[in-house]
Amino acid sequence: MQHLLEIKNLKKHFASQKAVDDISFSINKGSIFGLLGPNGAGKTTLLRMITGIFYPDEGEILLNGKPFNPVNDISQIGYMPEERGLYKKMKIGEQAVYLAQLKGMSKQQAKAKIKEWFVKFEMQSWWDKKVEDLSKGMSQKLQFVITVLHEPGLIILDEPFSGLDPVNANLIKDEIFRLARLGHTIIFSTHRMEQVEEICDHIVLVNKGKKILDGSVNQVKQDFKESLFRIEFDEPILAEHTAIHLFQVINKKDNQLIIKKNEDFSTNDILQYFITKGLHIHSFNEILPSLNDIFIRLVDATPKARQFESQTA
Amino acid sequence: MNKIGLIIQREYLTRVRNKTFLLSTFMLPVVMILFIVGSTFFAIKSREKRKVAVVNDPGFFKNNMKSDSASVVFYFDAAVDSLNYEVKGFDGVLYLPTASNNYELRSTKQFGLESKGYIERQLNKAIESNMLQEKGINKATLDSISKVSDKAVDLNNVVKEENGASRQANAGLAYSVGFGSGILIYITMFVFGAMVMRGVAEEKMNRIAEVIVSSCKPFELMMGKIIGIAGVGLTQFLLWIILIFALISSMQFFLPAETLQQIQDAQQSHQNLPGDNNSLALKMMEAKNTLIEGVNWGMIIFFFLFYFLGGYLFYAALFAAIGSVINEDPQEAQSLMLPITMPIIFAFIILTSSLQNPNSPVAVWASIIPFTSPIVMMGRIPFGVPQTVPYWQLGLSMISLIGGFLATTWFAGKVYRTGILMYGKKASWKEMAKWAFRK
Repeated sequence: MQHLLEIKNLKKHFASQKAVDDISFSINKGSIFGLLGPNGAGKTTLLRMITGIFYPDEGEILLNGKPFNPVNDISQIGYMPEERGLYKKMKIGEQAVYLAQLKGMSKQQAKAKIKEWFVKFEMQSWWDKKVEDLSKGMSQKLQFVITVLHEPGLIILDEPFSGLDPVNANLIKDEIFRLARLGHTIIFSTHRMEQVEEICDHIVLVNKGKKILDGSVNQVKQDFKESLFRIEFDEPILAEHTAIHLFQVINKKDNQLIIKKNEDFSTNDILQYFITKGLHIHSFNEILPSLNDIFIRLVDATPKARQFESQTA
Repeated sequence: MNKIGLIIQREYLTRVRNKTFLLSTFMLPVVMILFIVGSTFFAIKSREKRKVAVVNDPGFFKNNMKSDSASVVFYFDAAVDSLNYEVKGFDGVLYLPTASNNYELRSTKQFGLESKGYIERQLNKAIESNMLQEKGINKATLDSISKVSDKAVDLNNVVKEENGASRQANAGLAYSVGFGSGILIYITMFVFGAMVMRGVAEEKMNRIAEVIVSSCKPFELMMGKIIGIAGVGLTQFLLWIILIFALISSMQFFLPAETLQQIQDAQQSHQNLPGDNNSLALKMMEAKNTLIEGVNWGMIIFFFLFYFLGGYLFYAALFAAIGSVINEDPQEAQSLMLPITMPIIFAFIILTSSLQNPNSPVAVWASIIPFTSPIVMMGRIPFGVPQTVPYWQLGLSMISLIGGFLATTWFAGKVYRTGILMYGKKASWKEMAKWAFRK
């Protein structure tokens, strides 16, 4: 599969710190890519380089296999920054047309497209309203429309669901899936892990300017699993049943057992053991770590020395 | 469509369509005219005649002083003293000494500069006339001399032109045109500069800056705003010029028909009209004529537009740089603006002195250095190009202003790129310079 975006050894240093320190990854066309990291990890700087707002100090950005050229390629990107903004005093319709024109659309094209989106999001009556009259959720929807209006190949959404109620969040989520199916590539930046698990195909975790994790959501979970299993029985478990070297008991509650498997044995060994004990197994599942757990574990483990030495000197 | 064109268009249209723009454009000339008319009216109305009783006149003062004027009336034979002059309806008592030089004016209310000066002049004149008479010049001769000498000489300064023809220089007119255009540039530089600053700060605070710079270069956004607002300023000037000419040419509709007739008669016969009211109307018409004929308006308007645009571009870039580094707190802007507002105010001070002496070294250099040149040069140009302002000075001034605004725009562009996406801490001028000069 062709990579839509490739990032190679990207570096960006500010006066006081290395905001992005040698990060590389690539994104497949049509995928939903999660860029994760705690606050101040360098996500926004990274996105600003991808959108051509900042120039990297070092490294290379390839879009569709060719070096990224901010002036020409900018119309292929739709960027919704975390700090969103619109002109408060400008009418919504005019504003959307203006921003679409800046992305290279013609006025007629822009108007037609905006009307289409406004119908879809039930915003038809908003055209002549001013942004200052909108609620936070409403302006969020408008911002999303403006971002995807010019049908960019690469859509970058920084915390797209903040401030949205569940109904509107679902509306946006469905649009994200639909756009991905149509072949748009989506970079989704957030620190809300439950959304990432639900939406993203592939994730990269950055912390303190460095990439600390890269992989598909399933792969990452597999990599970080700790051989934990939940077993449910039809009858209560007795202490004598669990005294065995195959596993350690993590938790025991009525009919349910959570165990940590010992490395040397397989799951079949465990099942067999319980069967020979005459217990009736109701269910047997591996417990995969949540992305949230992985996130916290990795972020906590990153060394804290990113500041330049010279700062104190 | 070109992106910077789109930005200019938006900046221009949102401001021009704004109600405050229309209001300020149409109200300002009206308010100005009302102010001028009003203040003239009140100045005439409030001028009171002070009644002054003159005591102790040795005789010659009465004959040699003009007893009645617009500001003071002298009464010579009233029997008053310092105790009862008020009761008898006088505003003051003037004691003339017999021997010493101890002239004294007693009053309850202080006399204004004008009436006090008038009294002093009358006394001096009376003493002078008296002495001349003592030397044998009789009263009749003296009166006939002073009748001629009282008519103030209107000194005509005829200046040689390049082509050999001479032109009547009108220093008073040059002064007012210079002052007017200088102060207009001064005010507009602040007004439109602040407009740029607020616009930039607003985009930063609305957080729309990041949305827009993901579609175009920060420099395009900054220049679009600066040029768009310059367009607003030019539109406003154009409307003002049209309004003022409309008001001047409609002036005749406000004058009574018989006055107009008299003016026409006078213009045909080149005669002065009797009576105060009519000569006022005549003076207005004369003033209008000198105003239109005595100044090279084409040249003034050309240079005004050049220096307005040059000065505006020079400072607007700096104002944009400030707008890009400030945050929510408007106080922050104040301290950063000081280094910008100081040269502008300084230029205004130099303007007032260079109007008195348009060729002083301070005036010459201040009209060349781009920090002050837009204001100071506009004060000098009405005195004549190339008589007062030689071509080399004008050329140097214009080139350095163009160079100046290119430099400030370059600087501001660098600061702006970093500033609009930086939240939290306000930057100092030192930090801004660092942003500008790093790679």
